[in-house]
Amino acid sequence: MSSRRSRSRQQTGSSRNITDEQIADLVSKLQQLIPEIRNRPSDTQVSASKVLQETCNYIRSLHREVDDLSDRLSDLLATTDTDSAQAAIIRSLLSQ
Amino acid sequence: MASLISYLKFEEESKRKKLWKTGYELRDPNSRSETSWRSESEQRIYSTKLVDALRLVRRNPSTADKVSSFREIREAADRVLAVAAKGRTRWSRAILASQLRLRLANNMKHKRAKVTGCSRPKRLEKKRFSPTLQRKAGLLSRLVPGCRKVSFPNLLEEATDYIAALEMQVRAMTALTELVTGPPVDRLGSTSNSVHCRLCLPRSPPS
Repeated sequence: MSSRRSRSRQQTGSSRNITDEQIADLVSKLQQLIPEIRNRPSDTQVSASKVLQETCNYIRSLHREVDDLSDRLSDLLATTDTDSAQAAIIRSLLSQ
Repeated sequence: MASLISYLKFEEESKRKKLWKTGYELRDPNSRSETSWRSESEQRIYSTKLVDALRLVRRNPSTADKVSSFREIREAADRVLAVAAKGRTRWSRAILASQLRLRLANNMKHKRAKVTGCSRPKRLEKKRFSPTLQRKAGLLSRLVPGCRKVSFPNLLEEATDYIAALEMQVRAMTALTELVTGPPVDRLGSTSNSVHCRLCLPRSPPS
């Protein structure tokens, strides 16, 4: 991200010069994170709109997973009594 | 106990530091060091703090019904995640700020006016994005907390970090539930269990 010298048309309030190259860079970084796109055989540039779409879907699915996990945790912690759950956790945390 | 105390202290500090919202924006974002959400140590730190936070939650079973406990756990998980980000990212600050706002509003027992503290007149970069892209960027900005009015490149950066953090959160919570579900019989010999290794602390004195 070295091409910051060129003044773009619009200056944002935080005086950050944003170039197309930068954006493409960020999009490709994002692309690598998303398993959907990463595991696809083709290595060619996926369209930015597709990347954004898949990012949204992925974040939503991660949210759902976290919700599901915290739901399960709340059930588990409610049903199992304090001592045994904590003892189990402490035991495993301390064991190496 | 030390980790819990330091975690609480950190929370206290974050309540006092109001300059986060404005001060951080003007700092050069290139100077920030990235949190490596994939490292084992990061996950260990998160798991420990989460366990501490959950222990606090359990200690006050004021409302025993399912919905509120689910809410508390989800909020605790998010809060600990945001703390683990060490305030370097916008989404983490937004999570902490919104949770604090809720707590203060509940304590004061009256509805606060809608806080528009984030709406500084920040001109968005007027690139010629197609309307489809604009719409998708809008969707994304609603998913990542605290990023409704950030510029497109910032949004992408935040999203990148947020995704990695969420993945770590899922990994840590999965391991935690596995632990609580099946408290293992004493396996003194075998330490090769991947679940244990992921949550194992480095040698530190028990709290």
